[in-house]
Amino acid sequence: MIEDRTGQWETVIGLEVHAQVVSKAKLFSGAATEFGAEPNTQVSPVDGAFPGMLPVINRFCVEQAVKTGLGLDADIRLESVFDRKNYFYPDLPPGYQISQYQQPVVGRGKVVLDMPDGSTREIGITRLHLEQDAGKSLHDQHPTLSYVDLNRAGIALMEIVSEPDLRSAEEAGIYLRKLRSILRYLGTCDGNMEEGSLRCDCNVSVRRHGEPYGTRCEIKNLNSIRYVMLAIEYEARRQIELIEEGGTIAQQTRLFDAGRGITRPMRSKEEAHDYRYFPDPDVLPLVLDPEWVARLRAELPELPDTKKARFVSAYGLSPEDAGVLVSEKETAQFFERVADGRDPKTAANWVMGDLFGALNRLGIGIEQSPVSAEQLGSLIDLIADATISGRLAKDVFAEMVASGADPGAIVEAKGLRQVTDSGAIEAVIDTVMAAQAEKVAEYRAGRDKLYGFFVGQIMRATQGKANPGLVNELLRKKLTGDSGGAS
Amino acid sequence: MSDPSLLALTLAEARDGLARKSFSARELTAAYNDAVSEIQPLNAYITPTPERALAMAEAADQRLAGGEALPLDGIPIAVKDLYCTRGVLTTAGSHILDGFHPPYESTVTDKLWQSGAVMLGKANLDEFAMGSSNTTSWYGPVENPWRRPGDNRPLVPGGSSGGSAAAVAARAALASTGTDTGGSIRQPASFCGIVGLKPTYGRCSRWGVVAYASSLDHPGPLTRTVRDAAIMLRAMSGHDPKDSTSAPMPVPDFEAALTGDIRGLRIGIPKEYRVDGMPAEIEELWQQGVEWLRAAGAEPVEIGLPMTKYALPTYYIIAPAEASSNLARYDGVRFGLRVEGDTLDDLYELTRAAGFGAEVRRRVLIGTYVLSAGYYDAYYLKAQRVRTLITRDFVTAFERVDCILTPTAPSAAFAIGEKTEDPIAMYLNDVFTVPANLAGVPAIAVPVGLSGDGLPLGLQIIGRAFDEETVLRVGEVLESAAQFRHLPSFVAGGGR
Amino acid sequence: MALDKATVAHIAALARIRISETELDPLADELSDILTWMEQLNEVDTSGVAPMASVAAAELPMREDKVTDGGCREEILANAPRTARGFFVVPKVVE
Repeated sequence: MIEDRTGQWETVIGLEVHAQVVSKAKLFSGAATEFGAEPNTQVSPVDGAFPGMLPVINRFCVEQAVKTGLGLDADIRLESVFDRKNYFYPDLPPGYQISQYQQPVVGRGKVVLDMPDGSTREIGITRLHLEQDAGKSLHDQHPTLSYVDLNRAGIALMEIVSEPDLRSAEEAGIYLRKLRSILRYLGTCDGNMEEGSLRCDCNVSVRRHGEPYGTRCEIKNLNSIRYVMLAIEYEARRQIELIEEGGTIAQQTRLFDAGRGITRPMRSKEEAHDYRYFPDPDVLPLVLDPEWVARLRAELPELPDTKKARFVSAYGLSPEDAGVLVSEKETAQFFERVADGRDPKTAANWVMGDLFGALNRLGIGIEQSPVSAEQLGSLIDLIADATISGRLAKDVFAEMVASGADPGAIVEAKGLRQVTDSGAIEAVIDTVMAAQAEKVAEYRAGRDKLYGFFVGQIMRATQGKANPGLVNELLRKKLTGDSGGAS
Repeated sequence: MSDPSLLALTLAEARDGLARKSFSARELTAAYNDAVSEIQPLNAYITPTPERALAMAEAADQRLAGGEALPLDGIPIAVKDLYCTRGVLTTAGSHILDGFHPPYESTVTDKLWQSGAVMLGKANLDEFAMGSSNTTSWYGPVENPWRRPGDNRPLVPGGSSGGSAAAVAARAALASTGTDTGGSIRQPASFCGIVGLKPTYGRCSRWGVVAYASSLDHPGPLTRTVRDAAIMLRAMSGHDPKDSTSAPMPVPDFEAALTGDIRGLRIGIPKEYRVDGMPAEIEELWQQGVEWLRAAGAEPVEIGLPMTKYALPTYYIIAPAEASSNLARYDGVRFGLRVEGDTLDDLYELTRAAGFGAEVRRRVLIGTYVLSAGYYDAYYLKAQRVRTLITRDFVTAFERVDCILTPTAPSAAFAIGEKTEDPIAMYLNDVFTVPANLAGVPAIAVPVGLSGDGLPLGLQIIGRAFDEETVLRVGEVLESAAQFRHLPSFVAGGGR
Repeated sequence: MALDKATVAHIAALARIRISETELDPLADELSDILTWMEQLNEVDTSGVAPMASVAAAELPMREDKVTDGGCREEILANAPRTARGFFVVPKVVE
């Protein structure tokens, strides 16, 4: 809700996400889909719409779309139709895009959002369909010309349309992150917004609470979650101000200008498009075998929501911690390997704390982690069997990150084994107490705070290797006198 | 000096002659190369390819000598300039494809070359296959080798495969490839006194054939005899994984179906094909056809195809609609003509205005209109529903009969300029041929007689889907009965 | 259906074909005649009849996910009237 001059406003947001399908070849041609190739080196005459060329659909792309639909808990339509969406643009060689209009392959579904306050919110999915991606036009290479690269033309896209159920920029961000997570879990899209494999258009409208939906504007050209959120916030305010000043919202397509943080209307005649959809006569209706769909359903990986619930019940983790660990499939797998046969909360803390900290600092993902799950697990084992102290373990971990070496090897090489020999510790305590006789007296007279000082001295004398538990036990005895009297 | 007597042989006869080594493939091709030059005034060819033809003939001779002859080894054919031929100018009869040299070969022509056939050149056609007179080509009209006796006016060969038909009729090709979207193989075959076969939809691959109307385009052969058509069809047919609409059906030996025996076959005679204003001589020829088939032991059965009269408007909604979308790719960017403009839309609009002829423009505009917002249901969707009914007509009819006999065209060839200015009058040329395109069923046109003013008239046999064998068998019986031995006034080699 | 000049101009714009002012009226008449002729289809009762998009015999065939094409930039660019540094070229589009 946005509070403004005339009362409470509700922002209504629907997102249309275009997710590039992970596949080796394109949706209707055999050209490659690799990112970053030299211009026009991944173009088949079919993609180039040469005379006489015809489309043949890639079965794996269909499979990826169906898996995604299943992962969104959606209806899989066993019969769907490919339509031509007709318009002229240089990155669309045939002058039409093969898409799906009235009968998409996937129908209604849902995405569950994990809200920061711990609640969940269900966002409806209206539909998912397959369509061709367009090529790329470069407008900044020449003063009066645009350059066209068709490498991307024909790559399979899944258009995932949400119901207008989102109510804030924050929710939109959570939705996108969740959607991306699901796609990455399924392996159907790599969710890389910087490379353009995940793009988002937003539909934003505002209304006073209780009123019917307002006129919406579509915002295009959003290639990061942050921009999506900024654009929504700006647009909602823009619309509210306009209405409060007595204006009406014109249904428009707008672009987000990241530099100025605003949305502005598109200059081209986008509004005049009449797409003249009709079923593509070169592509017959897509008919799916229900047994094939059932097999795909059975082979789906465990998805984030289910995994999160399992982490909470099987590992006793808090929903927040579980949520963090399952956001990426690779992280969840890493965690489970670390937690295998160990205390899960300890494993979780190490992964979310020290490991994530190191990865963030190095700017890498968990797949590039210099520390393997097995190595982290070994480190935890060394703490658990008291070979090293928890404090020193952190230093060992830092060394593991830097060198990739096993924790055991590092401990031996640096002589970091914990000292657990009571006699040795007692000797050190005696030495320290003797050297600090005045402070011992002060402590016995009531200055409790000096306790930490003694611990510090002992740790320094033992290069941190003294077992803290033992130190406490023995130090307390000696400080309070062998009689163990209260102090 | 090449031997013009070779031009008198049919494809089957030439095939046998080559096998018997009565002459070489090189000799045969040399004769046909000369024929191509000789009939230049007809403008049937856009791009003759004589050197390539000779090279292909020589390769055929080597195979023939080695005893490993391919089915069409050494047979010189013309290719409608709608088929993409690798490295050879392919124009679709349009200015907008100026200079286009495809880097790929169409599946059908590739099959022909793999069968040993020889390419004489690219045949002229109505622009983008839109027309029934071959007067809309950027490369000028094609003349029918037939003329009315005592009349000097050049006549249309029919269209859109006018060049393909004229070349075969004038004996400047042993056979040719055409495409039939609304009658574009059968009607010119009829106007030129030769055989034209539109196979079942999907029998021959559309990959590499410039698309006009995707759900209606049928590649097929034009030949002198029904046997020749059977031979060509076998070489041109076959499932193509690159064409999603290609039929996954095995290819029968169509020539083997020519048994001559049609006893007991039921021949449907549809009353709706008797149209207003149809010349009496065509009705008479149709009757004569019925008698010939009855004499051969077949049983004529009157049938109804009640949706027939709606086939033309249905076609002229669906075909332009698909064409308007198929032709959007011609925009001056990746191939063909480019007229520069200040803005992107200028580039598109000026290039397409300059590149498309009047008929193409007409159909693209109609097509755009019938698909546009607000009109889609009333026109396009309505037409597709009527199409279902037209197809049902045939399915119902084929429960009672094995094939259907009709005239091919409502008239003989007319003079260039005579009808050609009125679009609707031109569209009516296709009245007998269009229904078979809408239903996707096979049909053959066979020349059977001459009109009062000495021009060829043909009859059409329509068959069940994938039953080209019956269509060919009945067609050959008609051909034998008719004994159509007439030759056009202009024939290469001046033969009789 | 009678088409007026403005409609023809709109359709021509959708189809990206430049039509001169003087051609618009005659073209409007011609197209109107053709469209009117097509309206005989309204006589046909098509209630309950499904539209037919294709007479093709098969189910939609699907291909394997393998790279079998592309990697032929010279061929793709060879017929282009204008190219620059491996790109196709068009008048600049302003967003």
